[in-house]
Amino acid sequence: MNRRYDVVVIGGGPAGLGAALAALDAGTESVLVVEREPEAGGILRQCIHSGFGLHHFKEELTGPEYAERFVQKAIDRDIDVVPNAYVTGLALDSDDTRLVRVLSERDGLSTIECSSVVLAMGCRERTRGAIRIPGSRPAGVLTAGLAQKMVNMMGYLPGRRIAILGSGDIGLIMARRLVLEGCDVVGVFEILPYSNGLTRNVVQCLDDYGIPLHLSTTVAEIHGRDRVEAITVAPVGADLQPDMSKAWRETCDTLLLSIGLIPENELSQSIGANLDLVTGGPIVSSSMETSLPGVFACGNVLHVHDLVDFVTEEALRAGRFAGQWARGVRRPPDTVSLVPGRNVRYSVPHTLSPDRPHTIYLRCKERMQPCVLRVGDLINKKLSFVVPAEMIRLKIRPSLLDNFYGDRLTIDIDPRD
Amino acid sequence: MCAAVERRMYDVAIIGGGVVGCAIARELSRFALRTVLLEKDAEVGFGTSKTNSGIIHPGHHSSNETLKGRLVVPGNALFDQLHDELGFAFRRIGELTVARDKDEFGKLEEMKALGESKGVPGLEMWDRDKLNREEPNLSRSLVGALHAPSAGVINPYEFAFALIENAQANGLELRVDAPALDVDLRDDHLEVRTPQESVPARFVINCAGVFADRVANMVGLDDFAIHPRKGEEYLLDKRLRGVVRRLIFPVPTAVTKGILIIPTYDGTLMVGPTAEDTDDRYDVTTTREGAEKVFESVRKICPPIDERATIAEFAGLRAASTSGDFIIGPTSVRGFINVAGIQSPGLTASPAIARMVLDILRDEGLSLVENPDFDPTNEPPPRFEQQSVERREELASSDPGFGRMVCRCETVTEAEISFAIDRGARTLDGVKFRNRAGMGRCQGGFCTPRIMEMLAEKLDIPLHEVTKRGGGSWLVIPMESGGSNAEGDGPCSDE
Repeated sequence: MNRRYDVVVIGGGPAGLGAALAALDAGTESVLVVEREPEAGGILRQCIHSGFGLHHFKEELTGPEYAERFVQKAIDRDIDVVPNAYVTGLALDSDDTRLVRVLSERDGLSTIECSSVVLAMGCRERTRGAIRIPGSRPAGVLTAGLAQKMVNMMGYLPGRRIAILGSGDIGLIMARRLVLEGCDVVGVFEILPYSNGLTRNVVQCLDDYGIPLHLSTTVAEIHGRDRVEAITVAPVGADLQPDMSKAWRETCDTLLLSIGLIPENELSQSIGANLDLVTGGPIVSSSMETSLPGVFACGNVLHVHDLVDFVTEEALRAGRFAGQWARGVRRPPDTVSLVPGRNVRYSVPHTLSPDRPHTIYLRCKERMQPCVLRVGDLINKKLSFVVPAEMIRLKIRPSLLDNFYGDRLTIDIDPRD
Repeated sequence: MCAAVERRMYDVAIIGGGVVGCAIARELSRFALRTVLLEKDAEVGFGTSKTNSGIIHPGHHSSNETLKGRLVVPGNALFDQLHDELGFAFRRIGELTVARDKDEFGKLEEMKALGESKGVPGLEMWDRDKLNREEPNLSRSLVGALHAPSAGVINPYEFAFALIENAQANGLELRVDAPALDVDLRDDHLEVRTPQESVPARFVINCAGVFADRVANMVGLDDFAIHPRKGEEYLLDKRLRGVVRRLIFPVPTAVTKGILIIPTYDGTLMVGPTAEDTDDRYDVTTTREGAEKVFESVRKICPPIDERATIAEFAGLRAASTSGDFIIGPTSVRGFINVAGIQSPGLTASPAIARMVLDILRDEGLSLVENPDFDPTNEPPPRFEQQSVERREELASSDPGFGRMVCRCETVTEAEISFAIDRGARTLDGVKFRNRAGMGRCQGGFCTPRIMEMLAEKLDIPLHEVTKRGGGSWLVIPMESGGSNAEGDGPCSDE
């Protein structure tokens, strides 16, 4: 590790590695990736199931295989990856210099100078505290991702008889994984009337294994003194409150939570980056630059993705612009803001520039089918259905903006007969 | 008596390692005595103490007619010195008892007079203007408040750990996972039986909290009973930090001291506790009804606080006795001393209770000779994040353990976790309550595996024997035995 780099990337998961490679491709001399785990690769390292890479590599890979391709490229390109390292602080020193304070096992506490920074810290799982389940507080209530790490990285089971609250993708994947390891999975309980995970995961992980998915149902109470002994589950009404008159008890020793992911932006906040309250991630321009000049963001720290392929796509863009910034390229600010309208929960990036093509990622608020996606008067795209669990990706060609002179485009999703 | 028994005879055996048992243990360690503390859980402070509100009360809420009323003011006064010696977190943030109407304001005047008669320092009536100025987020309909600057906050579990650590350093023997199963009366001593051994002692001190009546029953005493009273507490998100700066109490009624707003030592707000009698001595569940009661009451006093800000909740049991007061003293069984019925303000009174127990032991014939090697201080735990940049650089370059961030939410390094385990942490909760590792926003989602590995390494146990808080609170099952042929219950550390 040196004292000075062109670009410092915080986080060595798929987003960080993609950004680091793209920064080199943009002509920078030196890139540092700060990784908190002993190895780069991020959460993909524990995702040993397949289904990764269909878009980016046009083939089906496991999580570790997908990660390995980027790790290998980083090694081939002499990118400095410092493992077991943690960024404790970030500061904007002058227009050209950012200071990154890194704590690492190898080098202790050091301050690195760089021109631009890419935030790629990923996200964390929501916990029990966020949803307030009454009852006792025994061992055996844990997030699905932690259970995944125990099973796939450590070689231990989180329990034998498992209930899963929430139908996020990690929960669905873990339902199948634990059945394959000989556990009983008593069911997946989802408070909403539809699954929060990808349809393919509901089919391949639950339906194929006969695991019941209880929609509009939640865990109303946790029982057990030292370890989970049972849960009370109940259907919910329109107000999402449990109807205790229809509650029943499920015996289990483990409750996995798959109730959502939150971008990890404590570091971004500490330096004053403006955040989007809906995504939980920074507000970014079409070059993936945050409200702080020379600080870029991509991947799950920006908004939670369903597919790593699109993380990579976003990371390559962020890395390219971070690299260009380090080489002194300063782009004029974007001129068009992109505003979520009817049935659009959020869209990223938050602004566009008419001079180049864009890829917009967005999510709907509610399931709708069939429907039409509108971007101002410029795009009218018919879609057979939209669901909140599946991110929508939209390409915008520069020619589309040729005759647009406004400063604001609203995205709407409306029903279609 | 045979020599073997004489050799292993203890002067004092303390049953129960809550803050009261730990405070007594530490006080006894000043003297050349052979003392043992028997704790039923995996670590001290894991029962009622852990769930205490953490308030060091000024003492103007209770009259001198009760023992608890008499011990609270001297107990409060002892905390400055204890804090200096033992290094646990403690800060006097002051307390406001707020009046909603004129009648209540009148009651505050009475409380002020009561407090002054007991020597509570600095009591002051605040009118509406002053209250609005000092605590602008409280309801504008409040008519005034009584300010008590000597009120403080601590983390009660940390207090128990600090006391026992110091007692152990000065010679106390600690046995954990050692519940008293029975107490036998011998000619000139008592024998406490635990699952592991029989512990002979000249004096037995019963600080068994919600189980104190059962321990008293073991020697044939049945003159009091414990009726546990459950309290639920709700911890709020850090974004509400600073909404109130002092402890906020409603004017107490004849039945309860009411629902409080507590700025904890760590800066987060906590609201509670409820007060519900329960027959189940293990019932530490939180309930929908409890949450409603707490937030309904708190909203009236401080409108910005709402239920959706909850990030964690827990419940504890007050060891309320049939008499309603502390029960401290010798009994008809020679050598058996009760320290029972310790409910609020028991945490505040605990140092004064410990001194009182010393006097009782002396009166009962125990000779107290000073321990010449007594060291009243603990080595403070290394708090990496709180050091200056220079000091952090120095630490991280001298010990790679400081270079490894384990809990990133609360920024706790590997060296700090090692320190906690060296000082007695044996469980995930034990680590968490010593240095906050796993207590932050991800609630251990990322750091649990590493902390489990460190506990396994340092305690020399397999990973699947690491527990959340001892007993049957197992965390993982080895894959080999977890296959489809696996039968039986999970692995228990006490198997």
